[in-house]
Formats: sequence, structure tokens, C-alpha cells
Amino acid sequence: MPIDIDAPYKSRIREALSDSNVRGAVNRAMSQLADRREKAVAAIDNDTMRDEAREIREHSIRNLPKLLRELEVNLTRNGCKVHWANTDIEANHIVKTIAQTCGTKTAIKSKSMVTEEIHLNNSLQEIGVEVVETDLGEYIIQLANEPPSHIVAPVIHKRAEDISKLFQKELGMEPTLDPAIMCEAAREELRKYFLKADMGISGCNFAIAETGTLCIITNEGNGRMVSSLPPVHVIIAGIEKVVSRVEDAVLLWQAATRNATGQDASVYFSMTSGPKKEDHADGPKEVHVILVDNARTNVMEKGYADALMCIRCGACMDVCPVYREIGGHAYGRTAYPGPIGSILTPLMNENLNVGKDLPFASSLCGACRDACPVKIDLPRLLLELRNDLSKQKITNPFQTFLVKSFTSLLKRPKRYLTMTKIATLISKLSGTKTNTFASLPSPFNRWTRSRVLQKPSAKTFREIREESHKQLKHKDQEMG
Amino acid sequence: MTPPKPNIDIPHPKVGLFVSCIVDVLYPKIGLATEKLLVSQGVEVVFPQEQTCCGQPAFNAGQQKDSLALAKNFLNTFAPMIEEGEISSIVVPSGSCAAMIKHSYAVIIEKYPSEELIRQHQVIEHNTYELSEYLVEVLGVGITPSHRPLENVAYHPCCHLLRDLKIDQQPRHLLEKLTDNKLLSLPEAETCCGFGGLFSLWNEEISVEMGLRKVRNLKACGAEIVAVSDAGCMAHLNGILIKEGHPCRAIHIAELIADNGLD
Repeated sequence: MPIDIDAPYKSRIREALSDSNVRGAVNRAMSQLADRREKAVAAIDNDTMRDEAREIREHSIRNLPKLLRELEVNLTRNGCKVHWANTDIEANHIVKTIAQTCGTKTAIKSKSMVTEEIHLNNSLQEIGVEVVETDLGEYIIQLANEPPSHIVAPVIHKRAEDISKLFQKELGMEPTLDPAIMCEAAREELRKYFLKADMGISGCNFAIAETGTLCIITNEGNGRMVSSLPPVHVIIAGIEKVVSRVEDAVLLWQAATRNATGQDASVYFSMTSGPKKEDHADGPKEVHVILVDNARTNVMEKGYADALMCIRCGACMDVCPVYREIGGHAYGRTAYPGPIGSILTPLMNENLNVGKDLPFASSLCGACRDACPVKIDLPRLLLELRNDLSKQKITNPFQTFLVKSFTSLLKRPKRYLTMTKIATLISKLSGTKTNTFASLPSPFNRWTRSRVLQKPSAKTFREIREESHKQLKHKDQEMG
Repeated sequence: MTPPKPNIDIPHPKVGLFVSCIVDVLYPKIGLATEKLLVSQGVEVVFPQEQTCCGQPAFNAGQQKDSLALAKNFLNTFAPMIEEGEISSIVVPSGSCAAMIKHSYAVIIEKYPSEELIRQHQVIEHNTYELSEYLVEVLGVGITPSHRPLENVAYHPCCHLLRDLKIDQQPRHLLEKLTDNKLLSLPEAETCCGFGGLFSLWNEEISVEMGLRKVRNLKACGAEIVAVSDAGCMAHLNGILIKEGHPCRAIHIAELIADNGLD
């Protein structure tokens, strides 16, 4: 059973840690992804690529209004219809209106995190449109009625046997553990939808302003079918996806692919520049581009523009030791798990209580910062977010109180000395049989439930030091 | 601005020792070993009594304003000593405290700026060294094992030392000497042990699972000793190792060197 992603943080973590099947699957997949990624970035001058990728993304985010205007002009010139959506509700409303106008019955989708973010599928299903995910991973979790647990590999939490069982139940497939056979079964099924769909929906990895071109990275070719077979193609893009030039998109494609899957290049890189022209053999008759804000401007205004530079490669979660233990669903109801998600989720929610525990779900080890292809200093942003949450009194008041009192004891040398005296006294009173505590009262039992705790020393470092220096002096005096 | 380097041509450099609150109260042996090491290299060690804690717990808890008071206390204690030439450097036997002092203080001061704090931080930031960095980079310490070379030693690079201060070769160099180039290869060595300061309490379940992964890797490579550079990681790892009944122990690199090998 998947985790209840709407349960409170602590119970999600507990559930996640007690599911050995999911943990095994996540662990195996993450080790593989991290290894592949490491090889792929070691094969090139990664430092230079990171610098260049960073520069491109910084330029995009700093010049967002100007680039978006340029993008709109060029998209329109190419024959695309451009829509602007401030919120998820607006974005869904626009897609629904297009579907109703075109009489859409079946929409096929290629993988898109922004549509997960705005819950587009539910919204279309409500008006009776059949929505089918065509990326294999997304298709599997759609069959399982689960949200994705990773932004690149949505079904990473499932083992082959879980997928086999699901296919037996949903597709009537014979039992098998052979991924190729399961993949073929999904292909057969998806082909029907590719042929009958009257709307294709895709996300967008990069939106090139100078040419009005929208790019998607895929490995299965489904993206190309979604963008070229149905008569209507709807592209949904977060406003931060814009880049200035074609070369920028090509470099970011490299950066994203090497870091996401460890490939030199993805199998497909599809560029869409508008509907079918008279001399074109195929392509959609209508192309709609919906540029979605949905709190991105807020993220920027709150001082977290860096987080918008993310190119959604997933490297930060692949190398994250916390993600590796708990998996993506433990991060709750969000399209974005892992370190970048722990920043975006609380910032993008109007209700600050949503995701307030996530910035603290990090040991701040910095592996994500070292991996990020656009050099987002994720630990720093997590720390800033902790500081903001604490200033707004959204953090646990007991924790805040403990840290405050502890700090006020430490800030004056005299108080500090008194505290260390008490600590050594506790140690002496607790006996000398062992030098560890096996169990302590709350909140310190949080330590001792699974660990013993080193007792304070009977004498502090400074006491021992002072005594030995006195002895030395004494000896010196004796020696004359 | 070129960072002011301590003058190592002075025959007896004088350094300020910041031991950290954990060492002062829980592990005085680490402090004693650090001082012994420095003294053995002809370094004069000053221990200012006003030192308390670097402020990491509050900073990492998101209470930057609270951590400001501790940053001030540290800077008021150590910066004048350098400015007045009483000491040339500050040595810290902890990667995470050194990273806090060198990097995070700048973040706090940016929010609560004052001319004095900015000046004081400029004075100390290039003169603060983590112990292994000071031994190798500044003193050029050569180690010959005084006893038999140590066996079955693995090295766990603590995250702040490795990624924040980018210090890795220095402790490894010292440990290779101590083990006669037989330092074990620890699988997933660079994966966090799960301590993470207050993370180990507020997210205890995840913290312990991360620690158990480290313990499995220690078992896998047959380590009996795992050398670390941070007392916090040491407390966490030993807490689990002892509870699990595993004979391997985390030992601070200062103790390992002071007890087993010096020029």
C-alpha cells in the first residue's frame, strides 16, 4: 500500500521507513541513478558546464518579464495561441475551455511535472475527458492511482513484481518479471490511445524566447507522438522555463540529461514551433501554450529566485541521503519531493503550514548543492527558509523555545560555565559504571530510543587543562 | 584581498584553541589530544576562557537572530587576539564549527550588520583552521607511526569538512601515514552519517536509519575504527554502534594521531 500522502509529516515518515519493499526499490534505483550520473558528469568538464548552465538560468530569472514578452511575441508569430494563468485554477480552467471548445474526448499526455502541480488530470476528468499518461512510468502510476514519487522517475518506488501484479490486474497480463514483456504490454495498450486521442498535452523543459520554440526531453518517443499526432496540442509551462537563445536550451538539455539519467543525450529532444503549416505533412492544427505562474512570482518575491533556476533533473534527490531512506511520497502532497521540493513546496503554498516540516527534513550535508547542475545552494535556501518559518512562528514552538533557552545559556561565558558545572554534576550523580546514558526523559529520549548517549565528562576540558597547567607551574616552582 | 596567512617562519607560532562545546563537556580528551598535537609541533596554545559554543544549533534551527549572540561572543573573544598579534591563527578540532565560523557567520552578519562585526569576521575568516588542515597545510606535519601502524581503520569524511570547507586530502594524508597506507575503503564514504545537529533529534528516525547505513558499510569493509573530524558525528555513530553491540568505534582524528603517531 502506498503511503497516505495527506497524513501528518511524522506519520508519513514512519510509514515510509516501515515499508521495506519501497525502501528496497528506492535504494536500488537511487544508487543506480547516482552512479550513472557520476560517470556522465565525470566524462565532461562538469565545472564549466555548471558555470555556463548557471549563467543561462540566472539570466533567465533576472530578465523574466522581458524574456516572457519576447517569447509571447514569437510564439504568436509562429501561430501558437498564448494563454497566461496566474493560478492552478486558472490554468485548469483554460485547458478545460479548450477541451470543451474542441469537443475533446481523449487527451494523451507526455510527462509533465507542472500538470502534476496543478492537478490537471483530475480537472479534465471532471468534465468527462479521458486522460491517458503515455510516459511508461507515469502510465504505471496512473494505473495504480498514485502520485509520482520522483520528478524524473515517477515510479521509482515500485519493484518489478509490484508492476507485474498491477499489469495482471489492470491489463489482464500473464505473470512475468521481464521488463521488456511488461513494456510491450503497455505499448500495445498506449498505441490505441495515440491513434484515437484528439488532444495532446505536454509540459515544457525549455521555452526559447528568440524563436518561440518549446522543447521537451523524452526517452520513449511518446512526447513526439503527443505533440504531433492529435489535432490539438496543449503545452503547459511554468513561467520560469524561458531561456533566451537556442544555444541556451541545447546546453541545458545536456546538463539536464547527464544529471537526470546519466545519458550523454536523451533519445528524443522535441522542439515545437507552432501548428502545422500548409506545406507540412503532419502536425497539430492548433497549438495552445499556457504560461503558468502559480506562486512562482511569490517564490521570487520572498527572496528565493534561485529555486526557480531549477531545471528539474532530479540530481538533488538522487544524491540526497534523506530521500534515499524515505522516498518521494514521504514528502507529502507535492509534485516536487527531495531537497528542491522541500524548498518549493512550502514556498508555493499559500497556507504556510503545508510543508512546514520539509525544510527541516535535511541533515544539511550539502550533497545536493555539489550535484546541482545550475549550482543552486540548496542547504543555504533550506536554512533561509527555516529562518523565515521561525520568524513567522510557524515552527514547533517547543523546539524554538528549547533552542532559544539553550542559546541564551551559551551566549554568556559565566552562564555557560554554570551550565557545564551542572552537566558534570549530572554525570557524577548518575554513577560511574558506564560513560553512556541508555535512556533519558523526553525530549532527549529522541536520542536514546535508538542510540546511547555519551555522558558529560566528570571534568570539562577547561577544568582538566587548568589543573594540569597548575601542576606544571607548581613543579616549575619546586624545581626552582 | 589576499588572505593574511600566519607567519610560519616564526619558530613558535601561537594559536588560539577553540574546542567546541561538545568537546569541552562530553569529550575533553579530544581537546587534550588537539593541544598535545599542537604543542608537540612547537606551537604555543592559548585557550581563551570566554569561548562557549559557535552557535551552530541555533543557526541550523533557523534562529539566526539567536545565533548572532554566539557569533558575537566568538568574535569578541578571538578577533582582538589576532588583531593585537597575540595569536596568528585559530585552530578548531571540528569541521562543522570551523565551517560555521568561516562561512555561516557571514550569513548572519549580512542580516545584522555592524562595522565591528564585519571587521572582526574579516580578521578571523582566513585565519581559522580545522585541525587537520592546520597540521598539514600550515605546519606541514610529517607523521611516523610511533607504534605499530594502526589496522582496520576507515575514514568517514564529515559533511561540513568535506563539502563546505573542501578539506579531504589533509585528514586522509594523516590517516594513511598512521595506517601505513592501509586506510580501508569505506563504501558510500561520502554519504552523511545522519547526525546533522538538531536533525538527529527532530528527525530521529531518519537520522538513525542514515546512521545504520553507515554502520552497515563499516561492517562491510571490516572497520574496527572509524576516524572522524566532528565530535557530533562521533557521538551519533558511537551511540548506534554501542546500541547495536558492534565493536567498531568512531574516534576523533586528533586522538588517533596524538595516541599513535607523531614526528
